[in-house]
Amino acid sequence: MHTPTAPPRDLVLVGHGMVGQRFLEAFHERPRPGWRVTVLAEESRPAYDRVHLTSWFSGTTDDELSLCAPEFLAEHGIDLCLGEPATAIDRERRTLTTAAGRTLRYDTLVLATGSSPFVPPVPGHDLGGCHVYRTLDDLAAIKADAARARTGAVVGGGLLGLEAAGALRASGLRTHVVEFAPRLMALQVDECGGLLLRRKIEELGVTVHTGAGTEAIAAGPDGRVRSMLLSDGTELDVDLVVFSAGVRPRDQLARACGLPVGARGGIVVDASCRTADPHIRAIGECAQAADGRVYGLVAPGYAMAETAARQLTDGEGEFTGADTSTKLKLLGVDVASFGDAHGATEGALDVVYANSRAGVYKKLVVGADGRLLGGVLVGDTDDYATLRPLLAGAPLAVPPERLLLPDRTGAGPAPLPDEAIVCSCHNVSKATVRQAVADGSASVPEVKRCTKAGTGCGSCEKLLGTLVAGELAARGVTASRGLCEHFTHTRAELYEIVRVKGITAFSRLIDEHGSGEGCQICKPAIASILASLANGHILDGEQAALQDTNDHFLANIQRGGSYSVVPRIPGGEITPEGLITIGEIARDFGLYTKITGGQRIDMFGARVDDLPRIWRRLVDAGFESGHAYGKALRTVKSCVGETWCRYGVQDSVGLAVELELRYRGLRAPHKIKAAVSGCARECAEAQSKDFGVIATAEGWNLYVGGNGGTAPRHADLLAADLDRATLIRTIDRFLMFYIRTADRLERTAPWVARLDGGLDHLRDVLMDDSLGICAELDELMRRHTAAYEDEWAATLADPRRLRRFVSFVNAPGVPDPAVRFTPERGQIRPVRVAGPRLEVRA
Amino acid sequence: MPADEIQLAHRGTWHTVCRYDDLLPGRGVAVLLDGEQIALFRDRAGGLYAVQNRDPFSDAHVLSRGITGSRGDIPVVFSPMYKQAFDLRTGACLDEESAPDGTPARLLVWPVRLAPPASR
Repeated sequence: MHTPTAPPRDLVLVGHGMVGQRFLEAFHERPRPGWRVTVLAEESRPAYDRVHLTSWFSGTTDDELSLCAPEFLAEHGIDLCLGEPATAIDRERRTLTTAAGRTLRYDTLVLATGSSPFVPPVPGHDLGGCHVYRTLDDLAAIKADAARARTGAVVGGGLLGLEAAGALRASGLRTHVVEFAPRLMALQVDECGGLLLRRKIEELGVTVHTGAGTEAIAAGPDGRVRSMLLSDGTELDVDLVVFSAGVRPRDQLARACGLPVGARGGIVVDASCRTADPHIRAIGECAQAADGRVYGLVAPGYAMAETAARQLTDGEGEFTGADTSTKLKLLGVDVASFGDAHGATEGALDVVYANSRAGVYKKLVVGADGRLLGGVLVGDTDDYATLRPLLAGAPLAVPPERLLLPDRTGAGPAPLPDEAIVCSCHNVSKATVRQAVADGSASVPEVKRCTKAGTGCGSCEKLLGTLVAGELAARGVTASRGLCEHFTHTRAELYEIVRVKGITAFSRLIDEHGSGEGCQICKPAIASILASLANGHILDGEQAALQDTNDHFLANIQRGGSYSVVPRIPGGEITPEGLITIGEIARDFGLYTKITGGQRIDMFGARVDDLPRIWRRLVDAGFESGHAYGKALRTVKSCVGETWCRYGVQDSVGLAVELELRYRGLRAPHKIKAAVSGCARECAEAQSKDFGVIATAEGWNLYVGGNGGTAPRHADLLAADLDRATLIRTIDRFLMFYIRTADRLERTAPWVARLDGGLDHLRDVLMDDSLGICAELDELMRRHTAAYEDEWAATLADPRRLRRFVSFVNAPGVPDPAVRFTPERGQIRPVRVAGPRLEVRA
Repeated sequence: MPADEIQLAHRGTWHTVCRYDDLLPGRGVAVLLDGEQIALFRDRAGGLYAVQNRDPFSDAHVLSRGITGSRGDIPVVFSPMYKQAFDLRTGACLDEESAPDGTPARLLVWPVRLAPPASR
C-alpha cells in the first residue's frame, strides 16, 4: 500500500560563517528527515574560526581553523554551495537567486550574512597595499604584501585593529595604529585602562596615534600605497594599510526585498530571530536583535543561531540580548571588560586600583545599592573569572576594594554566591558545581565531565579548581597522597611493591596497581625505583620509554634543545692529560665550557647527534658518565686534604674518590650531593650536602640531611670519630634507607626532617639495626656496587642503544636546524629567539 | 616481508617516514619534512600520533623527546622543558591557554597511518 509522505521542506541558509555553522549544528542536533538543507556560501571554503584568525600568521593552517568537518555535511545531507552567494530574494514566490544564476525555492530562509569591514571613504583607500581584515583571503593578501613592505598602519584601534597590528608586527613590519577616538579599545575600556594599554603596546615598538583620523592615502610611483596623512597633520611613510575601523551589517539582500532594517543597519528581528517576514529569519552580525542592538561578538551570534534552530524545530527559545563581557590577550597584553564597564548606570560609582609601575589597572563599577555592575581589567585579568560571576548578583559581601587589591593574604578568594555563573560557556552555576561534588565527583576532571563546566573556552578552569578543592575540603575528603592520577600509592609504597613482587616492568606495575598510561610524574619515579632495584641499563627495553629526556639521552637538555655533557671527575681530582682531553673535545665540537659547583667541567651546546661522538672520545680517554642528568649521586666534593694542606688531618681527596666511585650511578628519589673536608675548617662545605664527612684527628664525623638550593639546611651530625669501614657502612645504609622510604623528588634534607623520632631514630635504624633491615640494606648496596657499569660505555657498545641519537628518524645525519648559537665572551651561547615573536608574558 | 611503514600526510601527500619498529611504545621520534619538524609517537596500544615538534613554551624543537602518558582519557605528551601536557589527538595544551608570545597554546597535528598494503 502506498504511504503518502509530505515532500521535504526546503531550508536555505545564506552565509556559512561561524554563526551559520553553529545554526547548522544546533539544527541537526537530532535527525531532521523532513528537511532539505541548502547553504549558500560566498567564500570558497567552509566555515572557519574567525575569532582565532590571527593565529594563521603564527602557523595555524586553514584546515585547523576550519569549523566544519566534511563528514558533518555528508552525515546530515547538507548541500553546501561554495563560492555561490545569494543575489536576490523574491519573498512572494519564496525563491532566491544565486550568483551562479540558479533559482532556489525555500520554505524557510535563514540569513547569516555577517558583516563587512567599514572602509572610510578617504582618498586612496582602494590603492594597492590597502587591505581589510576579515577573511582568510584577506590575511593571505596581507601576508603577501607584508613580505615586501617595511612599515604598516592599521586604521582603527579597537579589538580587531590591535589584532591586525599584532599580525603586522609579527610579520616584521614597523607598525602604526591610527585611532579616531581619544583612546584604544574605546568600546571596552575606559580612559585610564586605554592609557595603560597604549603604553604597553608602545613598549612593543608599535606607534599609537589616538584622536587622529585618516585624511588621505597617497600612492608612490608604482601606484601603490606610499604614505598616509592624518588629521593632526602627521604624515606617515607606510607601504601597507589595514582598515579595521568597525563593521557594518550585511543587510543588502534584506533591504532589497523590503524587509525592515534598523536605523544604523541590521535586519530587524524579534526575540525568536524572525524578520518581518515569517518565513525569513536573520542571525548574527547581519541582524538587529530584539533589544535594538547589533552584536559584533561571536557568543551572541551563537545564541541567536541556537534560538533560530530551536524555533524551527521545537518552536521554543528566545534571544533578547547578551552579555558583551570579553577577556583577551592583545599583543601580549591581558585585557578584560565586563558588564557596565563605563559606569553608564544611574548612580554608579567606581573603585579603581592603578599601578602603572606594575602595568596593572583595575576598575570595578558598583551600583548605589552595592551590587557589582561591571569592570575593566588591564595588565592582569586573573580576577576576571571570579569577578564576572558576581555581576548583578546580591550586593557584594566584602568591600569592593578587597576584590581589587593584589595582596589579599589571609582574605582568601572572594566568596561567590551559589547562583554565580562559574562557566559562562555552558551556563554552570556554583551551586551546580557544589552539587556535583556532593554527588561524588572528587576531582576537577570528574566535575568537568558531569557538569560540562570548563569545557568551553576554559577561562574558568582556575576558579573551578579552587571551588572543587574548597568543596572537597569542606566535606572532609582528604587529598590523595598518591604519586599522581595514575597511582594511589606513595613512592615508598610503590618501592615496596616493586621489591616484594619482583616487578621489572612499568606496564605490569601500572596494569596491576595503577590506571591509565602514566605521566611525567610517575614514569620517571618508577624508572628510578626500577633502576635502584634492578640495576639494568636504563636505556634497555621498556625502561627507555619511562626516562625523562635527560636520562633518555644521558645528557642534560638546555635552553633551545641542545644538551650538556659532564664526565665524572671523582673528588674533583683530574690529571693534566684529562684536562687537555676535555679541552680538545670541547674545542673540536665547539662546546661552551664551564666549571661547575661540584668540581667538574660541564660542556654545553651538544646536539643529540654529537653525543655519541663526544662520548666515544671521552670513554677512550678513560672518562665515565657523571650522571649529571640523573636523579643519582652527583659528586663528592673535596678539599685538598692533609696531602698538601698544612692544616689537613686526613686524606679527604682519597676518601672522596673512594665514596664517589662507590656510589656512582646509584639512582635515588632525587639527586645526591656529598663532600669530604680534611679538617674542621670545612673547605669542602660538607655540612651543606646530603651526606658530608669532616676529618677529625681520630677519624671521620658523618653529617646527613644538608642542602643548598632553595631551602638551605645545615646537615645534622649523625656519628662522630668513625673509622673508615664503619663510616662507609653507615653511609651505605643511610642511602639505601633513604631510597627505600623517601617520597618522589624528596631530597634527604626534608626526608630527615620529617622522620618520626628524628635523628635518634635514624641512628637506631642505621647503627643499632633497630628495624632488623641492615643486612638487607647492606645487600642492596653490595648488589649496586657489583652491578655498576658506565652507562655511556655500555651505550656506545650497543648499536641498538645508539640508534636514538639522531635528530630526525627520516634524515639521520641532518642536525636539528633550530639549535643555533651566537658568540659571547669568546664562546658560544644559545640564540634565544627563532623568528619574529610577540611580547613574552611576565 | 618488510616491516610496516609509517606515513605522515604533509601538504596533501603521504610521506613514508620510518618503520613501525623504529618507534618505542610510549616514546617519540622527530621527523623532518620540507623543513618542518614533526614529533611522531606510538602509544602502548599501538596508536600513532603526529604533532609539531616545536614547544610553544620554550621555542625549542623538543616535543618528540617528551614523556607520553594519559590525563583522564586523553593521550598526552609532556614537554620535556616545562612539563605542560598536550593532547596528542588535537594538539591542545591542557595546562595553559596561550603561549608566552600570546598565541594559542595549540600544536599543529598531522594525519598519520601505517602504510596500506597496496603501497608496498
